[in-house]
Amino acid sequence: MVEVESLVKRLVNIYGRKRESLLPVLQGVVEQERTLTEVTLKIVAQELDLSAAQVYGTATFYGFLDTEPRGEFVIRVCKSITCAMKGKNQMIKTMEDTLKLKLGETTKDKKFTLLQTNCLGWCHKAPTMLINDEVYINLDQEKVIEIIQSYSRKGTY
Amino acid sequence: MAEKTLKRVDLIFSEDNYREIIEKTFAKTDDEIINEMIDSGLKGRGGAGFLTGLKWKFARDAKSTNKHVICNADEGEPGTFKDREILDKVAQKVFTGMAIAARVVGAKKGYIYLRGEYRFLVPKLLKDLKEFHAIMKAVNFDYEIDIFMGSGAYVCGEETALLESMEGRRGEPRNKPPFPVIEGYLGQPTVVNNVETLASAAMVCKIGSQSYKRLGTKSSRGSKLFSVSGDTPIAGVYELELGMSLQEFVDEFGDGDTKAVQVGGASGFCVPRKKFPTTIIGYQSDLEGDNLPTGGSMMIFNSSRSMYNLLRNYLDFFVEESCGQCTPCRVGTQQLIYGIEAVKRGDKNSSYLDYLLKLTETMKMTAKCGLGQSVANSFSSIVTNFKEEMIY
Repeated sequence: MVEVESLVKRLVNIYGRKRESLLPVLQGVVEQERTLTEVTLKIVAQELDLSAAQVYGTATFYGFLDTEPRGEFVIRVCKSITCAMKGKNQMIKTMEDTLKLKLGETTKDKKFTLLQTNCLGWCHKAPTMLINDEVYINLDQEKVIEIIQSYSRKGTY
Repeated sequence: MAEKTLKRVDLIFSEDNYREIIEKTFAKTDDEIINEMIDSGLKGRGGAGFLTGLKWKFARDAKSTNKHVICNADEGEPGTFKDREILDKVAQKVFTGMAIAARVVGAKKGYIYLRGEYRFLVPKLLKDLKEFHAIMKAVNFDYEIDIFMGSGAYVCGEETALLESMEGRRGEPRNKPPFPVIEGYLGQPTVVNNVETLASAAMVCKIGSQSYKRLGTKSSRGSKLFSVSGDTPIAGVYELELGMSLQEFVDEFGDGDTKAVQVGGASGFCVPRKKFPTTIIGYQSDLEGDNLPTGGSMMIFNSSRSMYNLLRNYLDFFVEESCGQCTPCRVGTQQLIYGIEAVKRGDKNSSYLDYLLKLTETMKMTAKCGLGQSVANSFSSIVTNFKEEMIY
């Protein structure tokens, strides 16, 4: 908790204490922690002199500001029409099998979370996915397994 | 491949000397720049199609010491990816358009509202911004651009939702009026322009409104980027003149078995094969046939695709992305899904579709912003043109 508190303080020093600083601060926390816990939201509220409800209300509006526990690597598979047409369901199935989880879940070692998201803006190179901020395009089953394996080797655990 | 190919234009992605464009433009008066912009006929390239020059004029005439120029890079419409290409390849051109807008309206500060999905672009954009700020210093113009990140909310592409988001709130659209040009970011006059609009504005300043006007048709001037995807062998971003027929487009980009084209993304219209020859891509005009404005999303579907699944996918999208603030959109989008599912299962008979069409009309009239209003576009065009697929 001390760690999160100092992270928030550091972010507030960079972005300021105005209401306009709220999104950049929350984004900064998610970048490090991947999720916003109740405790974190309260610290942010205190630092920016807002009510916890205002901070919670804002955070929960945005798809990328997660308030549920997430793994170190958050996979978001595009489910918009072109990716759906070009086989995103197979990609999800492949990852479910490789990671031994179901869509929406996080692996037991807290390394991967598998989610879907709306259009990523790469329809001409479908199917596509994001892992944290990194984009992966023109996916097929082999490529997906390779990518997941390379991330498995990366982690901090 | 068709014998007659559509004319390609090379304005947006051309390499340019941006300092030269800025110096040439800054030598003119604000009125001259505004008039040139209005004369060029350039309309907003995000999809809504408001005259860019007029928007700038309104913001210029607004009285305030603080004004802002914001680049809307929250490109979230399914099937649209041209703004990402612009920012990736010619970001300086967008900044140039922003600087010109800033000079005209009297803004000192600019922001690029970049969707969270495009965060990977940030390092490159920061490098481009450094060069741009050096140009600003060299031409002695006090203007600075910052990047503001979005966090995965389609509705924030609506300009007032975008402003709410920048102010640290839920991205819920505001009532209009007042329009952002009068009361925008922090209550101050703000120009919010799409990425492509700003790049096009820079090009109008470079080649002049006379040359720019030669492209396109009377009510749809200039060129436009199209994001082409779906069942096509040549998916990608193409710059074409406005005013082409959908038939010409399909002849060039289709796979020979095109059943329908979704023009303008999930919030746009689905055009069936029989209407290709009479559908013109551009803004409303006195031309014959249907005129479809578009943010540039062109999704092509061949005869292997189910239009029911297509509609279902769009509706899921709207349910998820509706901000939930107004009832017609929040409840309407959900009811439309229940409705088409009930018809498909046979729990409701086919005349129930007419009832759902009425619901979309109500949404069009009563929803607060473009998101809820435009659900009717894809819903009615798919249900009316592919009724049999909705039922069996």
